Amino acid sequence: MSEKGTASISGQPSTFADYLILNASRFADRPAFRHKDHGIWKTWNWAQALEEIRAYSMGLKKLGLKPGDKVAIVGQNRPRLYWTFCAAQAIGAVPVPVYADSVAEEMSFVLQHAEVTAAVCQNQEQVDKIDSIRSELKTLKYVFYDEPRGLRDYEMKNLHAISDVQEMGRKVFAEKGDDAWRKGFEKLGGDDVAVMLYTSGTTGRPKGVMLSYDNLIKSAENANKFDNLNEHDEIIAYLPLAWVGDHVFSYAQSYVGGYCVCCPESPETADHDRLEIAPTYFFAPPRVFETMLTNINVRMQDASNMKQKMFSYFMDHARKVGEPMLNGDDVGFMDKLKYKLGEFLVYAPLKNRMGMSNMKVGYTAGEAIGPEIFSFYRSLGLNLKQLYGQTEASVYISAQPDGQIRADTVGTPSPDVEIKIAKNGEVLYRSPGVFVGYFKNDKATKETKTKEGWVHTGDAGFIDGEGHLRIIDRAKDVGKLKDGSLFAPKYIENKLKFFSNIKEVVAFGDGRDQCCVFLNIDLTSVGNWAERNNVSYASYQELTQHPDVIKMMGDHVAEVNKDLASEEMMSGSQIARFLVLHKELDPDDGEMTRTMKVRRPFISERYGDLIEALYDGSKEKFIETEVVFEDGRKGAISATVSIMDAEMFEPTHALKEAAE
Amino acid sequence: MNAHDPHLGTKFDDGIAPGETLLNVDNISLSFGGVKAITDISFDVLKGEIRAIIGPNGAGKTSMLNVINGFYHPQEGTITFRGEQRRKMKPYQAATSGISRTFQNVALFAGMSTLDNIMAGRTLKMNKNFFWQMWRHGPALKEEIEHRKVVEEVIEFLEIEHIRKEPVGTLPYGLQKRVELGRALAAEPDLLLLDEPMAGMNLEEKEDMSRFIIEVNQQYGTTIALIEHDMGVVMDLADRVIVLDYGKKIGDGLPEDVQANQDVIDAYLGVSH
Repeated sequence: MSEKGTASISGQPSTFADYLILNASRFADRPAFRHKDHGIWKTWNWAQALEEIRAYSMGLKKLGLKPGDKVAIVGQNRPRLYWTFCAAQAIGAVPVPVYADSVAEEMSFVLQHAEVTAAVCQNQEQVDKIDSIRSELKTLKYVFYDEPRGLRDYEMKNLHAISDVQEMGRKVFAEKGDDAWRKGFEKLGGDDVAVMLYTSGTTGRPKGVMLSYDNLIKSAENANKFDNLNEHDEIIAYLPLAWVGDHVFSYAQSYVGGYCVCCPESPETADHDRLEIAPTYFFAPPRVFETMLTNINVRMQDASNMKQKMFSYFMDHARKVGEPMLNGDDVGFMDKLKYKLGEFLVYAPLKNRMGMSNMKVGYTAGEAIGPEIFSFYRSLGLNLKQLYGQTEASVYISAQPDGQIRADTVGTPSPDVEIKIAKNGEVLYRSPGVFVGYFKNDKATKETKTKEGWVHTGDAGFIDGEGHLRIIDRAKDVGKLKDGSLFAPKYIENKLKFFSNIKEVVAFGDGRDQCCVFLNIDLTSVGNWAERNNVSYASYQELTQHPDVIKMMGDHVAEVNKDLASEEMMSGSQIARFLVLHKELDPDDGEMTRTMKVRRPFISERYGDLIEALYDGSKEKFIETEVVFEDGRKGAISATVSIMDAEMFEPTHALKEAAE
Repeated sequence: MNAHDPHLGTKFDDGIAPGETLLNVDNISLSFGGVKAITDISFDVLKGEIRAIIGPNGAGKTSMLNVINGFYHPQEGTITFRGEQRRKMKPYQAATSGISRTFQNVALFAGMSTLDNIMAGRTLKMNKNFFWQMWRHGPALKEEIEHRKVVEEVIEFLEIEHIRKEPVGTLPYGLQKRVELGRALAAEPDLLLLDEPMAGMNLEEKEDMSRFIIEVNQQYGTTIALIEHDMGVVMDLADRVIVLDYGKKIGDGLPEDVQANQDVIDAYLGVSH
């Protein structure tokens, strides 16, 4: 590593462009970005990154982009799109990443609301999308693209390839140097808006969260210190750019800490690319961990007898001693030895398969993770932790410190974060990461952020005896059944989702006699089960209504009920009836958000008939649903959905206590 | 209709400008014993166009492609490709001269990976002989790296990065078809023959395949002759259409003209012959 003199910026860096220049001198030869292209990993070190981003930024300036302009970023994880953040920020513009898989009309709202002047697109698909809504985007002047394929014949006004913009910038740099460019961001302070992230909007229209440089940089500094991340770390960037998590992990923390961000070849190859990179820091929503575990289990079921036995023998051992060992407890010599053997035979190959051989720390957040899934990874010796965060907090609200890990909490407050619980059970926090405000929406800002800087999370929770925060549900979703017993839909849904055969659940019950649920089967898992048991089916829809599948779901529901019966607070909200939905809940149909959260009100409206059928005692119900295909066309699917009664249990809470 | 930008001509300058005749088929007749598969058919394929061959089952479409790429030898008539007239030709000669094709039934090496299958499309372009290949290091390796670059471009073009190392036998049908197109493209053909590229595909796969065909045509300037049964696809993709029925040509022209041609309608809907 070369130490080329002192940093060429004065004082503490306050913007990401400052950090870029700092990194280009302190970590000049360390990798900054990697991208797999044509089957080969291409690497840029920080010095090269500076050259590329500076050229890009100066090119944008030359074209006429001004301070305060909003620049939309539409696409998947590509180095050039990450460069756009810094390139735009360096001239005082504000990047606005949007979800690349949104359909045109969704995107139109965000781009209009943000008043974007320029849109940076990954490829032809995104350029077409922008073009189709261009008449609505009054402020849009420029469109840029990364991948030229298919775009050479386009005759759009002000359409430029990023590489051409960089060429322009390089020319300016060769002629005049970069003094003027540097002056542009020296004027920027920590309070200036660095980025605008639109929340996915579980309810209503998305809101533009404005985060300042201070918000992001302070949060990133704290997070890097908390998990000891530095320039030797590598992460793989595969989550949507528009999501605050990706923005902080793959952009803010990388610039502040100097670590390398690797972009996969395509979303489909991300799993394989992770295996090649073996990131040291890994973030994934529970769904990703679930899918990985499901895939492992599916593959193990097809493995040879010998391998299956070895797997189950050593996994049993890991379950017994793996977690205590990770938490630093003493487990005895023989157990340790056996674990070492298991590491050699099973755990290490398994970790390698998942691309986690070098993982220093991993996080899961966004939703509750199943205790079994969580401990599976931890028992392998992976330092997987949970955190609780929000866009409005620049991610971090609370996180689990090393050695204090439990599946049912989200940890202690993150550094510099204060947490308090309101009277109605809602969690409030205050931190340096607290957002500036919602763009053009003072009303919502005032509702969310108090004068003293406390932010309402909208989640109900409490702090347990050990100082760990526990989240029960969305505050507004927690309700009561008619008989007065507590009804926390998310709590029930999560319990069901922990079965690998169940992908998604929607629970109903607030203000009603009893609790009922919709289920979505997990096609990978149930499909594999069907194959092994000679259950034939022609479509997803047919599989969902297969009597054996419904019986399987009934068993899962019964198990959850048994579980609920043993909990004092929850025994009243056992599931009375359930049905298996004939289609997967899908963001394209508006049933879920782009971050895969169920949109309850929308579903209540769309499937109103089915909900009524759950409560009126009918045995089956015909339903026709409109679906939106990936290309935006619409169609309809119809099915007769059977509705089942679930097995329920007497509350066992008192009994259990007596037995203990 | 496809725009034909003259700047997009093929990489090889063979002296034929886009819009000029690339392939000329003159009075071809082919029979197997007493069965007349093709009777006196003539048509031309212009450089840079997408030419569709349609017709009911057994009309002689695949036989026509087999004649063009030298697999069948017609009893009568001549074929002129890039100005060279020929009657008899071995398939590999056709392949070296710049004609590649895909098959109606996927004909891949099922046990080999996607990458190896597409690499196979480069075989004819490899110059180092067997002994160099055995030695591997040095010129043969250097050559292989060059070929691999082309193959990786094809892989990126067809968006099949995620199955690069998968054995093709395990892939779904739609992807196998795409790999087959990849192998044909790897040979950097002047003329690409596609035998029912969309047979057995679902709507989404068809849309993808159509997009790839248009892009091959526009980006590489490759001339394409394709057989297809999906009329929607043919009418959208093709610049000109030939209609065969019982081994005879019954229509030739722009898609909309062919669509309105009474003989064609009869052939498809069926009238007593």
